[in-house]
Amino acid sequence: MRPILLQGHERSLTQIKFNAEGDLLFSCSKDNIINVWYSHNGERLGTYEGGNGSVWTIDVDSESRFMVSGAADNTMRLWSVQTGKCLYTWEFPTAVKRVAFKDDDSQVVCITEQRMGHQCAIRVFNINREGDGTNQSKEPLYMFNPIGSKATVCAFTPTPNVIITGHESGKVALFNVKTGEEIDNNERAHGDVVTDLQMSKDGTYCITSSKDKSARIHDTKNLMVIKTYTTETPLNSAALAPDRPYVLLGGGQEAMSVTTTSLRQGKFETRFWHKVFEEEVGRVKGHFGPINTIAVHPQGTCYASGGEDGFVRVHHFDDSYLKAKPYGDLEIAD
Amino acid sequence: MLALDTFIDDIDYSDIEAKYQVHWEEDETTLVIDHVPIIEQSKHAALVAKMAKAFARKGAMIKPEDIYVPWDDSTGKSKGYVFIDFSTGSEAAFALEAMQGYAFDAKHIFAVNFFSDIEHYSNLDEYYLEPSVEEYVPKEHLRYWLSDPQGRDQYVTYSGDQVVIHWHGKPGQYEVAHAKPENNKWTELFLSWSPLGTYLATVHRQGIRLWGGRSFKMLEKFAHPLVVLFDFSPCERYLVTWSHVPIVVPEGAQQGPRYFSSEDEGNQLAVWEIASGHLLRTFPTDTHGGNDVPGNKAEMHWPALKWSPDGKYVARAVPGQQISVYELPGMGLQGKKSIKIEGVVEFEWRPLANHGEASEMNGNMLAYWTPEVVNQPARVTLLAFPSRTVVRQKNLFNVSECKLFWQNQGDFLCVKVDRHTKTKKTLFSNLEIFHVREKDCPVEVIELKDVVLDFSWEPKGERFGVVSSNDPNLGNSGATVKTDIGFYQLHKAKEEFRLLCTLPEQTSNVIRWSPQGRFVVLATVGSPSKSELQFWDLDFKVDDLARKEARKDEWGAGLQRLGTADHYGVTDLEWDPSGRYLASSASAWKHTLENGYAIWDFRGQEVTKHLQDGFKQFIWRPRPPTILSKEQRRIIRKNLREYSRQFDEEDAAQDSTASAELVARYRRLVDEWNTWRAGCNADTSVTQHVTKKSEVEECKEEVEIWVEELIDEREEVLE
Repeated sequence: MRPILLQGHERSLTQIKFNAEGDLLFSCSKDNIINVWYSHNGERLGTYEGGNGSVWTIDVDSESRFMVSGAADNTMRLWSVQTGKCLYTWEFPTAVKRVAFKDDDSQVVCITEQRMGHQCAIRVFNINREGDGTNQSKEPLYMFNPIGSKATVCAFTPTPNVIITGHESGKVALFNVKTGEEIDNNERAHGDVVTDLQMSKDGTYCITSSKDKSARIHDTKNLMVIKTYTTETPLNSAALAPDRPYVLLGGGQEAMSVTTTSLRQGKFETRFWHKVFEEEVGRVKGHFGPINTIAVHPQGTCYASGGEDGFVRVHHFDDSYLKAKPYGDLEIAD
Repeated sequence: MLALDTFIDDIDYSDIEAKYQVHWEEDETTLVIDHVPIIEQSKHAALVAKMAKAFARKGAMIKPEDIYVPWDDSTGKSKGYVFIDFSTGSEAAFALEAMQGYAFDAKHIFAVNFFSDIEHYSNLDEYYLEPSVEEYVPKEHLRYWLSDPQGRDQYVTYSGDQVVIHWHGKPGQYEVAHAKPENNKWTELFLSWSPLGTYLATVHRQGIRLWGGRSFKMLEKFAHPLVVLFDFSPCERYLVTWSHVPIVVPEGAQQGPRYFSSEDEGNQLAVWEIASGHLLRTFPTDTHGGNDVPGNKAEMHWPALKWSPDGKYVARAVPGQQISVYELPGMGLQGKKSIKIEGVVEFEWRPLANHGEASEMNGNMLAYWTPEVVNQPARVTLLAFPSRTVVRQKNLFNVSECKLFWQNQGDFLCVKVDRHTKTKKTLFSNLEIFHVREKDCPVEVIELKDVVLDFSWEPKGERFGVVSSNDPNLGNSGATVKTDIGFYQLHKAKEEFRLLCTLPEQTSNVIRWSPQGRFVVLATVGSPSKSELQFWDLDFKVDDLARKEARKDEWGAGLQRLGTADHYGVTDLEWDPSGRYLASSASAWKHTLENGYAIWDFRGQEVTKHLQDGFKQFIWRPRPPTILSKEQRRIIRKNLREYSRQFDEEDAAQDSTASAELVARYRRLVDEWNTWRAGCNADTSVTQHVTKKSEVEECKEEVEIWVEELIDEREEVLE
């Protein structure tokens, strides 16, 4: 399983995403650029240029037609995946920390930062898929300010008009986007900032990672914690491996304290944990900085990790990974 | 001010408070004076005047009119007691104190009481009430952990604020034996087991507490505010505590045998009896060169009080002057005087083989050393006790430092002498070994060229290990120092110690013998770059019984490295009491990198490893000495094979149940997961949520890559 090293960014990675088919890999970083790569050989297909600030977040629709990005230049942009053109730009008072498409591609949710007297806001926009995509409504469909700790990550749930959010305090909550009402919350989901939230294929559960060194699987209906994976390092990202009973966790010592510790200290490895047994099953080394983001191919044939070191590493799984049954003949539902 | 009642909530002091509560009735102003001379009416004025004068002399001012003398009407004489009224209760109390037992004249000694007291006692219930017998509540057995059917050992870990006691045995027998709820701070500083493992001691702002039994209930507490250090006597009967803050007895503090009284003020050391919880005696702290420049922080030697191995005596050195030996339990000075030794620096009791069976060859003994003064050599002395006769004395020259190491059976004493050359530029070490068991106690000298960093006797053995170094980096903190490790063994025929083998060019700076001997671990501790653990066997491939014969023909051949391991940032090493496992830990007290602990078997195989943030302490629970006789142990050793077969069977049975349990656990987890997933799927199908992605899933990408490679290009001219 020789990794493919994608060297297209000059600064640390912030988020990477596969498209629905998994043939393309999108990556964004603090160097203002979004790159798209062929996932099978690591060839760069193109870049999306035009932003003026660190790109914090991206998401692609299921047809690989549109991509949205959120950046530190206080904008959310809609891009044409094929041409690399910026189709529309929304401007906000503060930076955009997270964007996510709805499953049916009709809506986008975005979180803006709490800064300079502006509260953290969650907005939902309708995406007009007719025409060339440049005709978008400037005003959000819904907008609200979550009370209490600011939101850091979010995603749509299968229930209409309900999003799930992770917060700085470690809270995980469900919001009705229409009313801005907090439907349900789990204040003690994590002990520290929730750093990532990724949905399962069917959206019935999600995995969150946190600086409190643990990752958890939550039921998106009632926010019940189903599984907990406790590691010895702060986590920046957690991903679910489709078809195989594993979760992938990445993180490492904070970037600012890395220089004071030796390399073996940092624990900059991708950890594979058994999803059901909550046991660590393996680690993949490679990065020489903390891992900021992990994404798994939708068919589960490879995964990619983006690090503080500015590299994306794409690992294609060996056959043995897909066939091996290390825990015997147990049928585990995905 | 420190209030004793700030002891954490679960400790109830009300019993003691009630017991030692002093009832003080403020309002009582009338005193009754008994044993007053019986007088005629006519002498009334004279008596009253004389009494007033007597009271005044003692400082209790009364007027003669305040004295009321009752008369016996039948005889016309006074009744022999008088009443005195005071204006305030405090005056009355003072007068009571002052006049109690006052000799008025040769025949009359006053007895003074409060009027209310006399009333109280005269009105006492005459009927005898049988005190109810308190029901006997059986206490938990303090050594219950020894009766564990699997013979497991225990250890305690202290991590963050959490103290946990674990069982340690074969794989699959690990278990948490006891853990307090997370929010309960069991200790505020550190923990310690008592030397025989009976008690667990915790340190608090208010004092020391002891815990024990199966459920770790509190057994005893010793109120020594701001205690920092403590030490048990080897027999676990006494406890020594020390605080850097001199004892202050605040006004209104609790009184009684468990508490400090005003006499203890200013002292820092306290000796307690564990069974009763009573304070035995307190001492001031003597620091080295206490008369030196004030502010110059003198080094404290701990333990400050050293116990004789039988627990009968405790000794304390007043540096430079004397060693004071106290007899337990009275804590009186043995022989009523200290042992005056000019310039004494350090002393050590001789350990005894059979735990306190003192005999002629096996008596209490003290070893101490005095440094060089102007024209007197440094001197190491062996002193028999309590006879105080000098057994052996040895003069030493050019000494900069001595350290005393007793072999744990008291057979040998090794004095590590750090000597300097005439120029005082370079240091080197000598080992002076006293053969204590032999007649006249011969001394053998082993001269080394290098400085000895660590020295360690093999427990119950005739071997020792030495770490020496001539690295110029020595003394530079943070540098990894190159060391040589030497093992020495007593040569039976020659009656002297000979070098068994040297391991050159090592980085290890610590030697840890297994408590049963034979196995030894060499470790590199406190180095930022190296953290190696080497496991050695000194009797490798030598049959246990034929050990001594084998040794003769192959000197040092039994030495074999069993394995090496690495524990990053290791700070502490401890063998378990059985000598089968070694625990290494990285404590947050020393550094904050990868704190946690690991347990290794004696071959260096990792058994378990736990990384915990804020991990502080790991301590094996000591075991008391075996109660089997030598004969019984010999029989067990002889039938070892039979026993081991039995154990192997048990192991096999346990392995299969353990793996079955694991499989069952996995199956249960999978079932739980699958049912939950099934429930979720049912939900989604009800909501009829159709994702577009499902169509995509089927198609598999097919990628064809054309690679054209130009290998060579050549131009040839054709004719």
